Amino acid sequence: MGSAILNGILMGSIYGLTAVGLTLIFGVLKVINFAQGAFLMSGLFATYWFVKFTGTNPYLALVVVVPFTYFMGYYIQKFLIKPVFESEKDVREPIGVIIVTTGIWYMLDNLALMLFGAQYRTINVPSVSKAISIFGLYAPLSKIIGFFISITVSGLLFWFLKYSKMGKAIRATSQDREAASLMGINQYKIYNVTFGIGTAICGIAGAVLLPFYYVYPTVGMHLDIMDFVIVVLGGLGSIPGALVGGLIIGLIESVGSQFIAYSWTIEVIYIIFLIILFVKPSGLFGVKGEF
Amino acid sequence: MSFLEIANIDVAYGDIEVLFDVSLYIEKGEVLSVIGANGAGKTTTLKTISGLLHPKKGSIIFNDKRIDNLSPEIIVERGIIHVPEGRRLFPFMSVEENLEMGSYNSRAYDDRFETMKKVFDLFPRLKERRRQLAGTLSGGERQMVAVGRGLMAKPEILMFDEPSLGLAPILVKDMMTAIKEIADKGTTIILVEQNIHASLNISNRAYVLEQGYVVNNGDAKQLLDDPSVQKAFLGI
Repeated sequence: MGSAILNGILMGSIYGLTAVGLTLIFGVLKVINFAQGAFLMSGLFATYWFVKFTGTNPYLALVVVVPFTYFMGYYIQKFLIKPVFESEKDVREPIGVIIVTTGIWYMLDNLALMLFGAQYRTINVPSVSKAISIFGLYAPLSKIIGFFISITVSGLLFWFLKYSKMGKAIRATSQDREAASLMGINQYKIYNVTFGIGTAICGIAGAVLLPFYYVYPTVGMHLDIMDFVIVVLGGLGSIPGALVGGLIIGLIESVGSQFIAYSWTIEVIYIIFLIILFVKPSGLFGVKGEF
Repeated sequence: MSFLEIANIDVAYGDIEVLFDVSLYIEKGEVLSVIGANGAGKTTTLKTISGLLHPKKGSIIFNDKRIDNLSPEIIVERGIIHVPEGRRLFPFMSVEENLEMGSYNSRAYDDRFETMKKVFDLFPRLKERRRQLAGTLSGGERQMVAVGRGLMAKPEILMFDEPSLGLAPILVKDMMTAIKEIADKGTTIILVEQNIHASLNISNRAYVLEQGYVVNNGDAKQLLDDPSVQKAFLGI
């Protein structure tokens, strides 16, 4: 039981990290990014091929995966999303952009299918797959490393948004984009950077997931739905909300599967999700009304 | 050529035309009022100068260069700063962070701490509240932050849209005094107001807008007594 809780927390923090990317993009662009799962898949594949070709471990892959996913997000926003976004800028809820992100999702998934085939792939990293004991509870080293990377990345993101000039400009744009323009902030550049960061976070999540996960072209789908639940649960646009939401889901999944079949834990997740939405429709950390 | 010169602009939101053949100019160091009733096109005029809207026809020339097709952030870099109607602060940022955002442009950023001191001298109240979230301030304090945020950008022209809106009469007076003080230190000011007495009293010249047309302009003090202005605003 103790180990189940520990594993739930470790896994939950990584789910939380994948959701942080989604919530950041939503918080700033007010666009639900349906391509998030496909970005995660890209991060997983990038890590997979890096490990395959270099024979090193997946954490070293971050050096390549982070810039790769960052620029992928940056340019997808700049060339594919921005034109649609610009033409819908006076619309309260830009539907066109959501359809574009859905298109990107399908395009990336099928591109991966064409290039890599549909089979499940895993990597075997013996050095990190062994379980180690913390206070008598057992968890695989890869999940523990994943936990620390998730916490570190979230902490860095928080610091960046709170104190850097660009981070403050991102927050300002998320709160009032027209006022931000009047400050001399180029809102489209902010969107490019935000999209890049959100995508890079997915890349990082991919790298830490890979040692105990598998990768195939539509792997993003499962995590995508999970991420939407986490983000709405925690409060749309809230970064602490995404982390806490991730932990809740991770714990339910891990502890629940001690008592019931794994596939039933998903049922439990949705029931708790609905209860929280009934009690607090804006999510745990959500701000009521406008964000 | 004047400091800022708007020549015969037409501006529309989609198909709905709001400004018709509007021309106005402003000299360096002046305080210029643009007055008019609701829907006369005052805010639209400011939004067009700051680049949030682009004219369908006509030109805007600032410092001998055309600016009417530039984006807002480039116009901010050039030195025209727009303090929007309704303050438009960043509610989840502190007073200090809001002010810092004002100095985002490259002309102002390096001097931001110095400029912030000057803003705190002008509005000592803000110094006390500098760590407070802007969304939790009172109306008067929010307006101070909005004005301070405009000053943080080191403006050459500072444009105010309805700075007295929603303020108690005593605060309106304070706000106008502060604007006058900013002008006396050498900043050129465009003031858009419905409160014509307050604004004309501190202005050199004024333009009167009605239904998107400039219907009158001239010396601010003379306009204050002009029967056409009285009529337009008081409905007599």
